[in-house]
Amino acid sequence: MELARIEGTVVSTVKAESLKGRKLLLANLLNADATATDNYLVAIDSVGAGIGEVVLIVRGSSARQTESLGKVPTDSSIIAIVDSIELKGAIVYEK
Amino acid sequence: MVLGKVTGSIVSTIKHGCYANKKLMLVKPISPGGETKKGVMVVVDTVGAGKGDIVLVASEGKGAAELLHFECQMPLRSIIIAIVDSIDLEKTN
Amino acid sequence: MKFGEVIGKVWATQKDKQLQGLKLMILQPLDENREPIGRSLVAIDTINTCGGDLVFWVTGGEAMLAFKGKKIPSDATIVGFIDRLDV
Repeated sequence: MELARIEGTVVSTVKAESLKGRKLLLANLLNADATATDNYLVAIDSVGAGIGEVVLIVRGSSARQTESLGKVPTDSSIIAIVDSIELKGAIVYEK
Repeated sequence: MVLGKVTGSIVSTIKHGCYANKKLMLVKPISPGGETKKGVMVVVDTVGAGKGDIVLVASEGKGAAELLHFECQMPLRSIIIAIVDSIDLEKTN
Repeated sequence: MKFGEVIGKVWATQKDKQLQGLKLMILQPLDENREPIGRSLVAIDTINTCGGDLVFWVTGGEAMLAFKGKKIPSDATIVGFIDRLDV
């Protein structure tokens, strides 16, 4: 899984039928110390994440294992909203 | 499958059950010409490879499960399936 | 599979139902000389690790298979401690 900060939403009208009603979010991948890498990816939200929040993204076929995204054609899903990150004994991020 | 060179081994006591009695090796990916590439893989050995050997590594869970005769798929994906004797590189130009 | 060091931990209250009760650790992949290589990642812990431990993990779809039939959305799962590295 990877840490990322939600920096925007992606709006799409014409898309696969099974993507209808799904929230697409633009995520900036983070290093372990919560600094941005400026590598972006689009992920489907399954937990109700909002802009500015740090989240956990699962990629690959595992992205379809969440309860709500079983048949959705996705390869990256947001599966958790991060409360805090501890790195080498120090808290580097807190919600 | 990728070509790799065995650079070491791993000793682990506490691990997932599917790794019980399996030899764990460290393999560095190499180019067909033999130069090592970045990165290192942890792989299960079934063919008796040793340090320095050039090997063929498959990174696909279903194949690994079949090779190891697991009845269902297990959390294991990289496995040495062959020790390479030689590589012939044809010149393209 | 890859190996490396446990360097941190992630806490999350609001998460996919199937992740409840599972520990999320931050891993730094290492090369054979134990030098950091590549970016860190978050993995689900199945063996109760803590910071500083040397471990190996499985990635991709097989990461979901460490949970005895439960469908856990994991793309990286820690599956073993490393006691010794012979390089």
